[in-house]
Amino acid sequence: MTLHMTTPATTRQTVLTVDNLAVHFGGLVAISDASFKVDEGEVVSLIGPNGAGKTTAFNVISGFLAATKGVVAYKGRRLNGLKPHQIADAGLVRTFQKTSVFGNDTVIDNIMIGLHRRGDASIWQTLLLTPKVRRQEQALREAAAEILDFVGLGHRSNELAGALAYGEQRLLEVAVALAAKPSLLLLDEPACGMNPTEALNFRNLLGEIGRKKITVLLVEHNMRMVMGVSDRVVVLNHGRIIADGPPTEIQQNPEVIRAYLGHGPKHA
Amino acid sequence: MNTLAKWLIVAFLVTVPLWLGNQYQYHVLIMMGIFTIGAMSLNLLLGYTGQLSLGHVAFFGIGAYTSSLVSLGFDLQLTDSYTFVVEPKPVWFAFFCALIVSGLCGWFVGKLSFRVRGAYFVIVTISFAEVVRLVALNWVDLTEGPMALNNIPPLASGVPWMEAGALSRRVANYYMVLAVGLVAFLIIQRLVQSRVGRAMIALRENESLAKSVGVDVTRYLVLAAITSAAIAGAAGALYAHYVRIVDPDVFLFIYTVTMVIMVISGGKGTLAGPLVGGLIFGILPELTRGHMLPEVQWIVYGALMILIVFFLPQGIVPAVQRGWATWQKRRDQSARDTSASNGRRQEVAR
Repeated sequence: MTLHMTTPATTRQTVLTVDNLAVHFGGLVAISDASFKVDEGEVVSLIGPNGAGKTTAFNVISGFLAATKGVVAYKGRRLNGLKPHQIADAGLVRTFQKTSVFGNDTVIDNIMIGLHRRGDASIWQTLLLTPKVRRQEQALREAAAEILDFVGLGHRSNELAGALAYGEQRLLEVAVALAAKPSLLLLDEPACGMNPTEALNFRNLLGEIGRKKITVLLVEHNMRMVMGVSDRVVVLNHGRIIADGPPTEIQQNPEVIRAYLGHGPKHA
Repeated sequence: MNTLAKWLIVAFLVTVPLWLGNQYQYHVLIMMGIFTIGAMSLNLLLGYTGQLSLGHVAFFGIGAYTSSLVSLGFDLQLTDSYTFVVEPKPVWFAFFCALIVSGLCGWFVGKLSFRVRGAYFVIVTISFAEVVRLVALNWVDLTEGPMALNNIPPLASGVPWMEAGALSRRVANYYMVLAVGLVAFLIIQRLVQSRVGRAMIALRENESLAKSVGVDVTRYLVLAAITSAAIAGAAGALYAHYVRIVDPDVFLFIYTVTMVIMVISGGKGTLAGPLVGGLIFGILPELTRGHMLPEVQWIVYGALMILIVFFLPQGIVPAVQRGWATWQKRRDQSARDTSASNGRRQEVAR
């Protein structure tokens, strides 16, 4: 099943480049040498067995971790050394492997925090509660409601985020990330722990996100989803990239099968 | 809390001097007000950004000393040949100096602790308060050390009709505390109910997620620290011009503890929390004073604190809010049940 149109590769522009990336934790080598790129509008999946370095790569790209070696660049701008919030300002927004929401806030307030970058009221305007601030606040609230409807959580907007069902919390996470208006969305195992129905809905949502011209870099273990939504799959094993290509090609790649898919019946 | 209730409370507070005639009662109210302002400022840091400042009294004391020194005038020998002299300045000017200096100290602490959170932030703030206390104690040339700064001009000095009797001076102090308290409340309210406040709450709830959606958490932590410190400094300045003597004991840890207790028992992270906590722990010691020995009084005070923390860990205000919500839900539920059973009865009758 193809969820979104694949445009010819020639018209696409590379947005994210990861060049000779290496990450060492003391003597432990998490990523030894990885290079890959993501083109605009693409959905790229980063897969690999547990401990392959996928989340480490995410942490480096999003600025939570410093690279030992190598360069990460987004739209020609070097990201190394930038703080996470600066990277978010550049348009790269990530979600987390472990469910991560603002638990004691309502669902709508979670989105409002996600919308932080879209507000620009100065501290003095805020203190004086100028008409501009009121208007902006109103606009943000409407935008938040819109995003909730988009992911299908509109009916939950006044519940506490921590009180949502697990699958809904995972959706909320993506909604919070979307609120930050990413041009590249980094999703770290978003469907982990979802039941099959939720996972299917989520897959449709990914398609919708792709239609919004948001580039997606996905780390996921659910192979059915990965093969269904990705334009390209990058396979990481022991901190090295062992394959990079369209899903059909990856499924046939003997090295990938040996490292990753070889130990059971084929899923896809 | 709805707007009407708020205005009623303000109106009540403004009219207090109409029926309060006793100097001692004024004293209790003023001291309570000063510490409630301190608690409100602490709540901005502790309740909204989630960072416990256990050295909060440092900002209070810095405000008190700054305002006193500027209004008394001081000279500072910087080098052998150069002495920096400040002539006595009007009290209002001294008050603003106190705001600025304590705000700067808040900025300094906020910057200093830009990457420490939780326990480490607590240690940084405690250390800061202790250093400031030692400076106040030992820099005798400037602060008079343990001999204290005396004869600090009262707030209302220069306003003729207020210089008459001791009582009207208390009334003036009362209104000053009330005015500063209202302004502080308004500032904190506007901050926390805005995008800025959401960023602070985001830092408290989930710092990594906040960063990942583009919230510059350090910036908002520093902003909270500056605002909080400036408000605490204002409370300190009010204190200095009210009691008119300031010694290094203003930096005592017990004052920080008092503010923390007010915030925690009232409900941290709520606007009304510090007010309720300040009311209870500002008045309670005075109420029990007549009936109990001081030792018993402290035991009662402690026991009440333990009870509140044990049974209402979120504080009084959130507990009341939750109780109110539950009650409303139950009322709606029973109303629905009644109408449903009525409907059924009608069906049976038919």
